[in-house]
Amino acid sequence: MAKQYQFKLVLLGESAVGKSSLVLRFVKDQFDDYRESTIGAAFLTQTVALDDGSTVKFEIWDTAGQERYKSLAPMYYRNANCAVVVYDITQPASLEKARTWIRELQRQADPSIVIALCGNKLDLAARRQVTQEEAQKYAEEEGLMWGETSAKSGEGVASIFTSLAKKLPQTAPPPQTRGGGAVRGAPGARAAVDLNSNTNGGQDGCNC
Amino acid sequence: MDEEYDVIVLGTGLTECILSGLLSVEGKKVLHMDRNDYYGGDSASLNLTQLYRKFRPDQTSPSELGRDRDYAIDLVPKFIIASGELTKILVHTDVTRYLEFKQIAGSFVYRDGKISKVPSTEMEAVRSPLMGVNMDNDSMKSVYEKFGLEPGTQDFIGHAMALYLDDDYINKPARPTYDRIILYTSSMARYGKSPYIYPLYGLGELPQSFARLSAIYGGTYMLDKTIDEIITDADGKFIGVRSGEEIVKAKQVIGDPSYFGAGQAKEGGKMRVVEEDKVIRAICILKHPIPGTEDADSVQIIIPQNQVHRRNDIYIAMVSSTHNVCAKDVYIAIVSTIVETSTPELEIKPGLDLLGPIYDKFVSVTPLYTPTSTGTLDNIFVTKSYDATSHFETVVEDVQDVWTRVVGKDLVLKKREVEVEQ
Repeated sequence: MAKQYQFKLVLLGESAVGKSSLVLRFVKDQFDDYRESTIGAAFLTQTVALDDGSTVKFEIWDTAGQERYKSLAPMYYRNANCAVVVYDITQPASLEKARTWIRELQRQADPSIVIALCGNKLDLAARRQVTQEEAQKYAEEEGLMWGETSAKSGEGVASIFTSLAKKLPQTAPPPQTRGGGAVRGAPGARAAVDLNSNTNGGQDGCNC
Repeated sequence: MDEEYDVIVLGTGLTECILSGLLSVEGKKVLHMDRNDYYGGDSASLNLTQLYRKFRPDQTSPSELGRDRDYAIDLVPKFIIASGELTKILVHTDVTRYLEFKQIAGSFVYRDGKISKVPSTEMEAVRSPLMGVNMDNDSMKSVYEKFGLEPGTQDFIGHAMALYLDDDYINKPARPTYDRIILYTSSMARYGKSPYIYPLYGLGELPQSFARLSAIYGGTYMLDKTIDEIITDADGKFIGVRSGEEIVKAKQVIGDPSYFGAGQAKEGGKMRVVEEDKVIRAICILKHPIPGTEDADSVQIIIPQNQVHRRNDIYIAMVSSTHNVCAKDVYIAIVSTIVETSTPELEIKPGLDLLGPIYDKFVSVTPLYTPTSTGTLDNIFVTKSYDATSHFETVVEDVQDVWTRVVGKDLVLKKREVEVEQ
């Protein structure tokens, strides 16, 4: 049977670099010029099919604006398998901010986390302030994946998530799931408790 | 910060975060601030660095205890009672997506000098005679007399099952005691080993999950923000809060007692909170499970007051690496009770004595504050401190109570419909 993986992906980056737009493009293939922050979605999911027939399902966590005033909860990084750290190629300060987030991830997140650095707003390349060489050199030094995207045109978006999907099964430990999707009946350990099971009645299984 | 909000919430304890989450879902524009650079206020779980910063600012944590990030030490010893109101809120708001729970492995009671498991058969035996009682008229005292229950069994019913902290319930009608016993037994029946469940990575995950709920519904979060002043108009009505030179306005403010003068000298304004009791809590780091608990990875032990000649029960709550709150082979036990004398640490000795050798101990004596007014006149709504009970039912009561005063109608939990977009 083809393998199915599930990974938690967290988005990081300065406000207004296009984190939510990037996910919206990846998950729904949509773009909205005036999109404000994501309201009401705990997380989005998207599945990537790989050449060998296996599938990788991303559970994508948006910051919900909590990054704005240094108020991202530790829970956000908890059990994250991968992170996409976004900067805006027209704003050099946003790359500096991305470096800060990467240091934060190296400090707080699981050491096995796979990090992709992503230069967004490639459609505004005429106003580019961050060179590819600079970003790529930094990514290489820190062992990060790197790519440039335009959430607006869609360029590069699928490729950065697909690269992550290819790399993760090789590097990440077996995925840990949370909440209703908890691994049940694992030998030896006492299984997690599913709060939804008794009250909801119906089948719950995967929450997605 | 020059925007105007519907509600400013001060402090990111569980009570405030549940309110903030529910208010945001309801469509209110919420600004949530905390003076600390971490979530959770008095209901936070701290890593070793944060724990030492709080209790022993002049020391660093010993490297022998392992990695800092493996620790999430609760400040308040509470468990979630499986069939209780907090569980309902967790499920209805869907924050269970962010959390994973495990059972607490055992529930013990101290009787005649030793601890023993709270047996489920005994619970059934207790429940059936209560069936034939006029719940609303008969007192528990008359129930005990009617069935000739000896003091030890009374302690067991009132303290180990109904989870009363003292014996005041005995002269009151049987109904509330019966309801509490039903809550205990149905919670016990739900997962089997104990009536309690516990979130992986510590209780501090609970406020964080509700804060995220608030944020995804538009709530704005600011940690590490000093609150210098609560600004009111000439009639004492709330206008806004000041942080340094910045002033932010809102229609209403909700906050924990520490933002409304708790523990500070009066500065001429209104007395907004009063101290009721004091609780002593001793966070104990152990290198072994508690003796006599069959090496359980997590337990609650109740020492009923009569057993140690006190007015209030002593509680022990212990969790361990199974719950991802500490390094492997470390156990975190909190011994607590309501303070009755001027030497509170002596009062918890019967509890400390049950733990075996204690590697390290962090003791705090915390006043419990309660607001002096309902807040409906001045739009200032103060929550209560976390009490000495073993679970979160009184926290939810406070949430419901504050909600009713802030919103003007009772809290009705609706299942959220659109949650995960695909």
